[in-house]
Amino acid sequence: MSALFSAKNREVMLNPLSKGNPVIVLVLGICSALAVTAKLEPAIVMGLSVTAVTAFSNVILSLLRNTIPTRIRIIVQLVVVAALVIIVDQLLKAYAYEVSKQLSVYVGLIITNCIIMGRIEAFALANKPWPSLLDGIGNGLGYGMILVIVAFFRELLGSGTLYGFRIIPESWYMQNGGYYLNNGLMIMPAMALILVGLIIWVHRSRNKDLIEKN
Amino acid sequence: MENLLNIFVRSIFIDNMIFAYFLGMCSYLAVSKTVKTSFGLGLAVIFVLFITVPVNYLLDNYVLKSGALQWLLGEQAATIDLSFLSFIMFIAIIAAMVQLVEMIVEKFAPALYNQLGIFLPLIAVNCAIMGASLFMQQRNYASVLEATTFGLGSGIGWLLAIVLIAAIREKLKYSDIPAPLRGIGITFIVTGLMAISFMSFLGIDLGKLKAQPAQTENVMPASPAEDMPNPTEMKGTPADSPSTETATAQDANTEAE
Repeated sequence: MSALFSAKNREVMLNPLSKGNPVIVLVLGICSALAVTAKLEPAIVMGLSVTAVTAFSNVILSLLRNTIPTRIRIIVQLVVVAALVIIVDQLLKAYAYEVSKQLSVYVGLIITNCIIMGRIEAFALANKPWPSLLDGIGNGLGYGMILVIVAFFRELLGSGTLYGFRIIPESWYMQNGGYYLNNGLMIMPAMALILVGLIIWVHRSRNKDLIEKN
Repeated sequence: MENLLNIFVRSIFIDNMIFAYFLGMCSYLAVSKTVKTSFGLGLAVIFVLFITVPVNYLLDNYVLKSGALQWLLGEQAATIDLSFLSFIMFIAIIAAMVQLVEMIVEKFAPALYNQLGIFLPLIAVNCAIMGASLFMQQRNYASVLEATTFGLGSGIGWLLAIVLIAAIREKLKYSDIPAPLRGIGITFIVTGLMAISFMSFLGIDLGKLKAQPAQTENVMPASPAEDMPNPTEMKGTPADSPSTETATAQDANTEAE
């Protein structure tokens, strides 16, 4: 058991949470990261879906890695990932229909999410299944974490709620005689980009070695 | 005709792949360091969208949709619904088409191939391509012509976005940016500001030009709820696609007239 969680494997799993974060350091999988973050609920569901797909696709391709001819590996990867995404999509439609409606095309776009292809190419094809699983989970969670941070601010400032629960009291609002208005800009797509930019700023000023040279 | 023009302008400016839906952001951020290469990638994206969207449209309407196989199998196929397969079919078509396009271009237009060469294989996993096919499926375009126009428009919108950001990034090299923001951080923020400026296209609707006096489109979800036609519905929709709801509603209006 201790071998399963050796220092190296822990590193594999925990590194993507900060220094090797897929979204803010490697800049992968931005498309869906920004689009589903207007509210916390879809962001969390999306994070979990991507974690599941990354983990399983990593394991499957790691098991297959010695049997796939290199020339056709991309199409094999796409087929495996697409099959997993179809499963996730059908599960979401069956058990979380409202959220699946909100996520609309972005569930299907998990297939072309660069994190998944990137981790398969960079990790699963060269490593054993167990580290690949940890790597998949770690990257999925690193991605989900950024989604949750962005969604937290966007939902709190844009709608005054968190996970659908009201945080800013109704009586503060202008129409109820108060002096508060939601920041409409927060719900617009543009704000997600700027928030991610700010997260990168904070993260890099704490990890100086990540700063890019001009 | 006006309908086509409307779809075209809409897909370039209002439903811009990058600024409204963040599709194809990965290559958008990775390749936009110089104007020249980003122009090449943009051309390749237009090319592939122009081909894959209509092909996927035909696939969706004649094979995958519920009852779509009736033209082949007759009445008994009325209950066959293969739409759950659409993800895997779309991505297979896209990968195959990219491969095919690559071979054809290599054979017949070596000059173009040299320009696009390295980008073509990348495009198979560009979210913008897959996203356009999924939007095409979701929006139920009436004819293959409309779907093609949409594909072409989305491609041009994407090219516009990546060339714009590449030009800005070339200039940014000479600016004094706070160290932790350099590179990717400032690119995000600039893209955000560009997205805000693209929001000014939101009110344009060519379908309405001749028929009625300008109808104010309510695009700010934060504006007071009283003058919104259907506030609950607005809340339920993902706020990230502010214009789709109103768009479909207005399209329905135009058809009713």
